[in-house]
This record gives sequence, structure tokens and C-alpha cells, in this order.
Amino acid sequence: MSSTILTTIICLSLLAFLSAVILYFVAQKFKVYEDPRIDEVQALLPAANCGGCGFAGCRNLAEAIVNSDSFEGLNCPVGGAAVMEEIATILERTAPVSDPKVAVLKCKGSPEHRPRTSVYDGAADCRIVNSLYIGETDCSYGCLGYGDCVKACTFDAIHIDALTGLPLISDEKCTSCGACVRACPRNLIELRKKAKKDRKIYVACSNCDKGGPARKACRVACIGCGKCQKVCSFDAISIVNNLAYIDAAKCTFCRKCVGECPTNAIIEINFPPAKPKAKSEAEAVQA
Amino acid sequence: MLKTFPTGGVHPPENKLTAGIPIEYLPVPEKVVIPMSQHIGAPANPLVAKGDNVKTGQLIAEGKGFVSANIHSPVSGKVSKIDTAADSSGLKQPAVFIDVEGDEWVEGIDRGKELVRDIKLSSEEIVKKCFESGIVGMGGATFPSHIKLNIPSGKKCDVLIINGVECEPYLTSDHRLMLEKGEEILVGVSILMKALKVEKAMIGIENNKPDAISHLTTLAASFAGISVHPLKVKYPQGAEKQLVKALVKREVPSGRLPIDVGTVVHNAGTAFAVYEAVQKNKPLIERVVTVSGKSLQKPGNYMVRIGTPLSWLLEAAGGIPADTGKIINGGPMMGKAVSNTDAPVVKGMSGIILIPASEAFREVISPCIRCAKCVSVCPLHLEPYLLMTLTEKGMFERAEAEKITDCMECGSCSYTCPAGRPLLDYIRLGKSTVIRLARQKVLK
Repeated sequence: MSSTILTTIICLSLLAFLSAVILYFVAQKFKVYEDPRIDEVQALLPAANCGGCGFAGCRNLAEAIVNSDSFEGLNCPVGGAAVMEEIATILERTAPVSDPKVAVLKCKGSPEHRPRTSVYDGAADCRIVNSLYIGETDCSYGCLGYGDCVKACTFDAIHIDALTGLPLISDEKCTSCGACVRACPRNLIELRKKAKKDRKIYVACSNCDKGGPARKACRVACIGCGKCQKVCSFDAISIVNNLAYIDAAKCTFCRKCVGECPTNAIIEINFPPAKPKAKSEAEAVQA
Repeated sequence: MLKTFPTGGVHPPENKLTAGIPIEYLPVPEKVVIPMSQHIGAPANPLVAKGDNVKTGQLIAEGKGFVSANIHSPVSGKVSKIDTAADSSGLKQPAVFIDVEGDEWVEGIDRGKELVRDIKLSSEEIVKKCFESGIVGMGGATFPSHIKLNIPSGKKCDVLIINGVECEPYLTSDHRLMLEKGEEILVGVSILMKALKVEKAMIGIENNKPDAISHLTTLAASFAGISVHPLKVKYPQGAEKQLVKALVKREVPSGRLPIDVGTVVHNAGTAFAVYEAVQKNKPLIERVVTVSGKSLQKPGNYMVRIGTPLSWLLEAAGGIPADTGKIINGGPMMGKAVSNTDAPVVKGMSGIILIPASEAFREVISPCIRCAKCVSVCPLHLEPYLLMTLTEKGMFERAEAEKITDCMECGSCSYTCPAGRPLLDYIRLGKSTVIRLARQKVLK
């Protein structure tokens, strides 16, 4: 009885030792060297695997960063400057300069501004509606409201506003990964430079029609009148195809264009609410 | 046993309300809008400018490129502007606007009603005439006809197939044309036979049009090589591949054309247009449009000039009934909903259907129950439920491997789905995405 147990133990120990020796040599033979910094860099990345950097996932970006000499073309928009700086410290390089961005919707055609002219009852998907016809309103450029951007957002940053029927983008949650930009079949979402206190001024319209038809389709459409361009002292506004565009790099948030726009197509967000007061202050300074 | 295609297909209620109503010629409207893109392929190039006076039948836009077609003025008058105009789906297309003044025709067009049987032109001249006259497929696909008459080298055609199937519910424009212009159509078929240098032509007509079948059979006795074949009523028999299979039992392989199995398919309406172009020198400037609907006051088959506003045509049919829920351009199966009634009649518009609100609704979408009804009705041996899921998930490579591009968008799957799933909506999206991705790959 006891000899059986003893034999078993000895046999198994021998087998274990033999396997250990074989495994040791196999491990030596098939060893793959991997830069340990890849793991470190990956640990710093947000692990969202959103694809905002252009790679399939965070691991691929980490590999690309470690294997490349510079940060050129390599940036994690989700982690932002903070994460890139930490990565730079590990790799002993200088961190790239990148402005934080945020997604904005270039359409404000809620039902009160943009009357419905037809009813769509097909599959609820913006791409399908866009390929079928103009949409439920007379604007062939505006938001369709079926939420392809909502489905594309992995950060829960976009929701359809029940009142306006338009997507509402949360500044806190948006990581500027760009998934919504790619998802929108009408190219209505733009990644704009994030300013202090999340302030934003932009033309919330994408209608390239001439003034008349644009205005007819939507009361808050940009009609390309050029008033904002004239009033801007910083040459930040350009008008192409009857549509104004504010260059975020040149805009100084002076807000002159906002009041000038006859259709209220230019919107300001996160500015102090008391606008008349600000005006009177400016007048006081002038006086 | 009547002939038909073997796999798939559905039989929706026929609703051929206007089958017994003769074609009515409508007067010329006051203003017309002529879109430059009334055919598959590159839009035509306008040849007229603002302020020009044009005559009925005058060439106003030239087809440029391999797949394109000429466009002629359907009215006489003054070009008021060249601008964009919204089509029936509201999207803007370049167009020529003409204010009508009188109805003065270009010289050389025979407007007489007498039949001209002798074909004077040679094969090449016929093909050229079809191109010059802007003839496109009148069944709705609007593929320029002269291209189908030019047989690519190395290929051979031995039988011409004429599509008089009209399998879409409601539509009766081809039916009426076959009854009233039977001889003209048969001369048109002979012209097409001469152009293709074939001895044999088969006209396929579904069995729900017995009057057209007997009428054409009687007339065809005096035309060499033309035979009329009744077909079992089944949708989508009017599709090229299905019709070829039904009539000559040849299977057009995936990604190939009927010419690859020795056939060329033309619509009966196209045969009539070819007759008018070749024998009467009259370009394609008018067509028969079925205006139908259960609560429409004056449904009928109307011969209208191209460019006539839909609203004007609907007015002639008694106005839009109050209970209308949906207006469809084409048949209820493959047609597209109209969102803009100011849009003009175009070459490919075979019908305008007004569906009452009580019938125009979508089923509530519920999950797929894997009943495979869509698979059994698909005439092209596809798996619609799978193609929809692949598109939803963005798996376009797999969708391509599952032959999503073979889909002809007949809608039998959506029609039959007991779960009300928008199968075709997604398949169409997947198909266009796969084609776009393939093009990008080629460009790279």
C-alpha cells in the first residue's frame, strides 16, 4: 500500500521535473522579445478601444508609439494632453502639443424652426433616410434625427433631445474620438478646439443653398449674407457655397458676429447669460 | 402549366384598377421642368441657354459619356432658366425650365397616326437613332437602350425578349399600350430584332392580361419570328433575370447580364418608343403614366409630356384625395415615396400611386423569428435576414461574400416578413456601401 503511494509520488515528480526541463528549453528557443514599455504605455491609455486615434485599439496605438521615434500622427484624443505627457515621460521624449477638441453639431433645425414637410416611417437609420430622400423637412443638409451619432458614441456623450429632435452633445463626456463625425451621413458634426470654460461660437448650420430656399426650409439657416464676415475684425469668418464658417484658430470669442446674424444661425454657448449687461459695459467703456 | 421562374417570388393583390381605362392624351402644361438626369449614368449636358426659344422635339441636352442619354424638349416655348430642381424625393438635380408657348414641333417629325411597317434603316442606323432620340428603358430602370443594342464583341444574342409582364400591382401603362398600340409595338420589336440581328423574339405577358395576350397573338401572326407567351402571375417576373429564366429557361449567372446567356431584354414600352423614334422620327418626349389609387376620383392611364409637374398630372386625375397617406412613384413594390409633388414626370415614371392612409403604414418591427420566409421568396437565392444583420453590424466584407450586390431590390423579403422587419431598407444600404467600398479599393 505505502509502496504504491511512494512509486506514484516518485513517478510524478520525475515527470514534473522532465516537463520542467523541456518547457525551459522550449521557452528559451521560442522566446519573443517585447518592449516592456508597450505594456506601460498601454496601462496609461484609457482602454476605451474607440478607434479615435486611427488604430484598431489602445494596444495598437501603444505599440505604434513605442516603435516610432516621435509622436507624429500619434495621439490619443480621449486621454488628451495629460495622458500624452505621462507617456512622454516614460519614453523620455517631449510631449506633443495638441489642443483638446469637442464635437459640435452644425445644425439647429428643431421642428419649430424647420417645419416638417413629409413623414418618414421606414427603418430608423440616418444613412438609410439620407440615401432615400431629402428627409422629413425641406433642408437637404440638416440633421435627420435618427441618431446614428448616438449609436456610434461609445462614451454615452450624445443623446437625442426630445424637444428639438436633435442630438445633444455633452462637453464633459465627449472625448473627441470622432466616431460621430464618421457616422453622420450628412457630415454635420465637427471637432472644434475646446476653449476656456467650454465656450463655443460656431455657425450651427450646414445649408449650402442660396439664401431664399435655405430660409424657406429653415428659419435659422445660414443664408450666406456675409454680415458676420464684415463685422469680424480677426478675419476668422469665411463664406463658401452660401455658408459661413468660423475658423476656431482665429476666433477670439468677441461675439460681434453672434448679434449680427439675421437668422441667429451663429450660436454662443457657455458665455455669461446677461448679454445686454455686457453690451452696456462695452458702451460704458467706449463712452 | 404556364411558364414562370422557379425560385421565390410573391403574389401581392393585383389592384389593376385602371386596366380597362383607355389612354388619355393630356394637354400640354404651362410650365415644364426637364431634369438632366432622367437615365442611369452621367447627367446630360444642357445645350440651350436662358432665353432660348425651343420647339417640341428639339435636342436640348446631350448625353455625354458611355452610359448617358439625350434629352429633347417636350414642348415649345422659351427657356426661363437653367437651375436645380427638386426631384420626387426632394433632392436637387440640374434641370432646364421651359415656359410653354403654343405647341410648335420640329420639322421632320411624323405626327400622323398611320402605321409605318417598312423598316428602312440599317442595324447601325437603328442603334444610332435610338441614341439620338434619347430612348431609355421605359420599365423604370431607365438604362439607355442603345447600349443594350450594341452587342459586345465575342458575345452572341439569339433571342430578343420583350417584357410585357408588368408584374407590379396597380400599374397598367404597358398593358394599355399593348392593347392600343399593339401593331406599333410589334413593328418596334421587329426594329429591335433587326438591330440585334436576331430571328426570334418572345413577348412575355402575365396571364392577368388575357386581352393583351390574345390581341398581340392575333397581330403577331403577320410578323415573322415574334411569338407571345402567357406567364403565370408572379412578382417579380418583370425583372430581367427572372423573365429570361421563365421564357427560355436560361440562368443568368451572378454578376452577369442577360447577353451572357444569349438574350437581350427590352420593355414593351421601350419597343413603342423605338417604333416612334425610328419610323416616325419622334424622340422620347412623352410617355404613358398610370395614375391610380383606391380613393382617386379619376384614375387612368395618361399620355403626358416629360417634364409635366406631378401636381398638374394629379389635378387632371381629380386631385389628391383627402385620405391619401402616401404617394408612390412607380409601383407599390419597388416604387419610391414621393415627398415633393412639384417634381416633374420623367422618362422612367411608369405610374403614380396614391395609397390611402389606412393602408400606408409600416408594421411594428419585432425580432427575427428565423422562419426563413424571406429566404424562400428571394428570387435570387439570397438570405435577406442575414444580409440585413450583416449590414446592421457593419460586416460589409461578409455581406459582399454573401452576394449582397446581386440583390435587385424587389422587396419580396420585406413584403413577406411576418416580423415586419425593414429587410430591404438595410440591404439597400449594405449594397450601396459594399459597392462604394469596392470602388474605393479599385481607386487605391
